[in-house]
Amino acid sequence: MKAALDSPPQPVFIPEQKAWLQVCGWKVPAGFPSPAADHTRKRIDLNERLIRNGDTTYVLKVKGDSMIDIGIYEGDALLVDRSLDARHGNIVLAVLNNEFTVKRLHKRGGVIKLIPENTRYPTITVKEGEEFDVWGVVTYNLHKLY
Amino acid sequence: MGSPVQQLALVDCNNFYVSCERVFRPDLARVPMVVLSNNDGCVVSRSNEARALGIKMGQPWFECKELAEQHSILAFSSNYALYADLSNRVMSILSNFAPRHEVYSIDECFVDLTGIPKLREVSYAMRARVGQWTGIPVCVGIGPTKTLAKLANHVAKKHPRSRGVFNYNALTPAQKANLLQHIPAEEVWGVGRKLTKKLARHGIETVHDLQQAHVPTLRAEFGVVMEKIQRELQEIPCIELREIQPDRQQIIVSRSFGNMVTELPVLQDALSAFVANACAKLRAQSSHAAVIQVFLQTNRFRKDLPQYMPSLAVPLPYPTNDSLGVNRWAAALCERMFRPDYQYKKAGIVLCEISPVTQRQGDLLEPQIPCNERLMKALDALNQRYGRGTVKVSTQGAYRDWQMRQERKSPNYTTAWDDVPLV
Repeated sequence: MKAALDSPPQPVFIPEQKAWLQVCGWKVPAGFPSPAADHTRKRIDLNERLIRNGDTTYVLKVKGDSMIDIGIYEGDALLVDRSLDARHGNIVLAVLNNEFTVKRLHKRGGVIKLIPENTRYPTITVKEGEEFDVWGVVTYNLHKLY
Repeated sequence: MGSPVQQLALVDCNNFYVSCERVFRPDLARVPMVVLSNNDGCVVSRSNEARALGIKMGQPWFECKELAEQHSILAFSSNYALYADLSNRVMSILSNFAPRHEVYSIDECFVDLTGIPKLREVSYAMRARVGQWTGIPVCVGIGPTKTLAKLANHVAKKHPRSRGVFNYNALTPAQKANLLQHIPAEEVWGVGRKLTKKLARHGIETVHDLQQAHVPTLRAEFGVVMEKIQRELQEIPCIELREIQPDRQQIIVSRSFGNMVTELPVLQDALSAFVANACAKLRAQSSHAAVIQVFLQTNRFRKDLPQYMPSLAVPLPYPTNDSLGVNRWAAALCERMFRPDYQYKKAGIVLCEISPVTQRQGDLLEPQIPCNERLMKALDALNQRYGRGTVKVSTQGAYRDWQMRQERKSPNYTTAWDDVPLV
């Protein structure tokens, strides 16, 4: 005998998300609600603070000591954002003749210089015919202290 | 009729894997180089320099050894963690250009620019922004259908004058015809080498020939798929933009081994890694599978060795996505099929009859064992955080023999703290 259904039976979906009743982990003194209850805030999120655009930010580690005068040491982790326009005075990760280098960018009157922050190193003036590109702008230096 | 012509852009990354390797290696900017497939077998991505030297796509690397030595061509093992991260960055940046887009593959994305003002400027801006923000060069092809957008992208790649952007919609009918007459039919999306030969037998050599071919003959000889392709070439959209990828109906995980495998425990070990991977995929889409199939393969290229390619499938007692439960079945099936005296080159598992977890049908006889749901959640979270394979199923990864050969892999620059590039 044919089943008396005009459409095939449909599965019933049970939503996967369960409803949870949150139970407070701390004891609440009867009669006095926690004075902090109305003032809870999200904890500080370093990703949010330090990274403006996650899709364009990279972590790179420092090799060498050409920037120690402004506290960038070997092994420090730099946050580099490729979406920022490199301006005069920015610390940048540059590519000079196919090599990475971290320096302060000098861009005035059509002259581009890469300035180290260590008196033992000379300033580099980008000469004509040299291949130069800014890979990204350094936004933070993460230096381990402990 | 009446609806405006679609402005569908296909953004395609140039030599994607090679470009990824170069992002953190500016010293390789103009060096001839290739990226190799799993086990360092074949060339899967070439730099323009390597291409110019005559390295073919898909060519086995051992065939290129002489040429490589002669011209110091560099070869890298594929570094999928790096490619996936850079791909996600590219796709995320592209998604900000238009409300509708479809990530088509790891290095291709359709972006619907219909109704977006200043199309030309936007197209060049897309290319420039992805290039500056990620370091990956891309080309943009625009057309009224997916197939023509793909073809336009091909033109953008081939012709330096396009400066990486080509809009088919901007051509006059005469220009369109002229262009299609100069592109061989094999460049069309979905037309493979085999079909190209068959088309040629029917006198169809160029894209223009295919566009103008006699419809009933084409359908009779090549079926509806080819008819769809033809319609797309005639500017009638037949392939929709899919913004949400449908859940997989079948999950296959298989690998060729780095070395030939002869022992049962090693095979089972490899299978357990495949099971772990497949079950994680199931859990990610909140579904479970009702059937598992296991297959083993000897090396079919070694005609001098005895060949054996068994395959066995069983329905699971109840649908599950529990790595531990599925692994027991994989190991049992493997043991059943295993014959000593063969050298196995490849193995794999297939999970099918996949359905959402919410549709669970009980079994009267088999006791309903709740899968280790919380355990699996914890396992997924750990592997997500610390890298795949951090936490494994019992035997998984105890043996090294079967694992991929990746002798030339670059560091995981963007996904592992210890691999962060030095500058």
